[in-house]
Amino acid sequence: MGWIVFGFAAWLLGWRANVWLARLPKSRATSLAVPVIFGVTLVIIWECLVRGFDISPVLLPPPSVIALRFAASTSILWQDFVQTVLKGALSGYILGCGGAFLTAVVIDRFPFLQRGLLPVGNFVAALPIVGMAPILVMWFGFDWQSKAAVVVVMVFFPMLVNTVEGLQATDKMQRDLMRTYAAGYGKTLLKLRLPAAMPFIFNGLKISTTLALIGAIVAEFFGSPIKGMGFRISTSVGQLALDLVWAEIVVAAVVGSAFYGGVSLLEKAVTFWHPSQRG
Amino acid sequence: MKKSLIPILTVVAALVVIWYGAAVALNMPWAKDQAKRAGTEPGFSELVADTWSQDKPKLPAPHQVVVEIWNTTVVMVAKGRGLSKRSLIYHSWVTLSATGLGFLMGTVLGILLAVGIVYNRVMDMSVMPWVIASQTIPILAIAPMIIVVLNAVGISGLLPKAMISMYLSFFPVVVGMVKGLRSPGVMQLDQMKTWSATRGQQFWRLRLPSSMPYLFASLKVAMAASLVGAIVGELPTGAIAGLGARLLAGSYYGQTIQIWSALIMAAALAAVLVALIGVIQRVVLKRMGMA
Repeated sequence: MGWIVFGFAAWLLGWRANVWLARLPKSRATSLAVPVIFGVTLVIIWECLVRGFDISPVLLPPPSVIALRFAASTSILWQDFVQTVLKGALSGYILGCGGAFLTAVVIDRFPFLQRGLLPVGNFVAALPIVGMAPILVMWFGFDWQSKAAVVVVMVFFPMLVNTVEGLQATDKMQRDLMRTYAAGYGKTLLKLRLPAAMPFIFNGLKISTTLALIGAIVAEFFGSPIKGMGFRISTSVGQLALDLVWAEIVVAAVVGSAFYGGVSLLEKAVTFWHPSQRG
Repeated sequence: MKKSLIPILTVVAALVVIWYGAAVALNMPWAKDQAKRAGTEPGFSELVADTWSQDKPKLPAPHQVVVEIWNTTVVMVAKGRGLSKRSLIYHSWVTLSATGLGFLMGTVLGILLAVGIVYNRVMDMSVMPWVIASQTIPILAIAPMIIVVLNAVGISGLLPKAMISMYLSFFPVVVGMVKGLRSPGVMQLDQMKTWSATRGQQFWRLRLPSSMPYLFASLKVAMAASLVGAIVGELPTGAIAGLGARLLAGSYYGQTIQIWSALIMAAALAAVLVALIGVIQRVVLKRMGMA
């Protein structure tokens, strides 16, 4: 009973604090503090409810147990991180995004290809591509190569569509100006169209970060060596070791957010001139 | 649209040709190996014909997939067993129902959250960052756990899959609706004020109607995401029913033709669902005088 009362108190306290903070004039500190308080309150309520209602750890372990498990199995988590994120997701991300970017630049030279490939690319980008995972695992084997292949296929089309769209983002006046400078195709591409395409390209890169992680993890459900985050999650669920599963989820969440955040920071540095980045 | 029809057809035709070529390249070692074991020396054209008609090819040729889909849908219906467990229609229906339910729940949740975020400053500041953070978590990765846990509490069948679909589909709706509900300019909002409109009237007469284009754009994304969620949600259920289960069963038993037919079916399903929303969008926006 005490736990539930404590959880209720934490909820009230967090709520009051946020209402008070939200009334203050908006600043960096408040816009950072409010979501943090919200998140911490949620975790405290979770802990209190699990303990208060005596929920079996097989169903939902409390955060403290997950944290302990996390600290105790860092070596396993690190091994899985290397296998899934560094080898699978990252290599696939670089290959897929790089390939899509180059393809987009080529397509951009041929209006015929553009008119044909863009609708098809848009269509494919909406398809459930994760379904390709079992096929690619069959083709490339159980190790990280097949995971990278799944990631390549998943990120390719969103990236392609965004880059092609971005390369069309310049208007006629700007291109004419380049022509009056006697700039050829290459110079125009390098100095005008690629910089102008950057906001779109980064949009594609940001969408691809989460897709890459999802692809690498889901592909492991269809077969993997005895390491990797997807492998660990599916086997630990079978062993009812849910604390380890949650520890993997924490890793995935942190990696996913860091990946996304990193690309966003890069975007801020590259497209500082764009209206959405100013002010 | 008419202008781009020929390029699209060309690209699609090129893809089919590449597909056939890849089937030859990928299935050739097996065909050669078989010929060697049989002690025959087939010519090139016979080898190619063999690569397009293997039982368990590495990459089935397009016509093999089409035949498989035909056999598991139309032929099954003709036999009067359209809903038997071997029919693709049955599996598509299982996936479709989970997708639909998850999509509905996600849309409702997304709209409610968006209204809260637009009208409540505390919610805007505290919930919005977490909504964005929630999508950096690869939710599909924890789908197996969600299914197992919900099964343990006694929730099974459609609902767990729909919950995963919901989680994936609420995000685009929240983002789109927040943008849409905030799209009326200061001028329009002031106009409402001069008519002494209440907050309710302001919402129903101005904010909600002007958010419709944004809503439909996000609904399309949400529908595609919802289908992916339903398919992945079917993987850990032990391959019982649904397109995801067909994928898993196919990968266990090396039935590549079955995998590809499930995949094409899923693609067709996605295309139809998104097109359906497109049609509704056109009708609604036309009646509202926005398109």
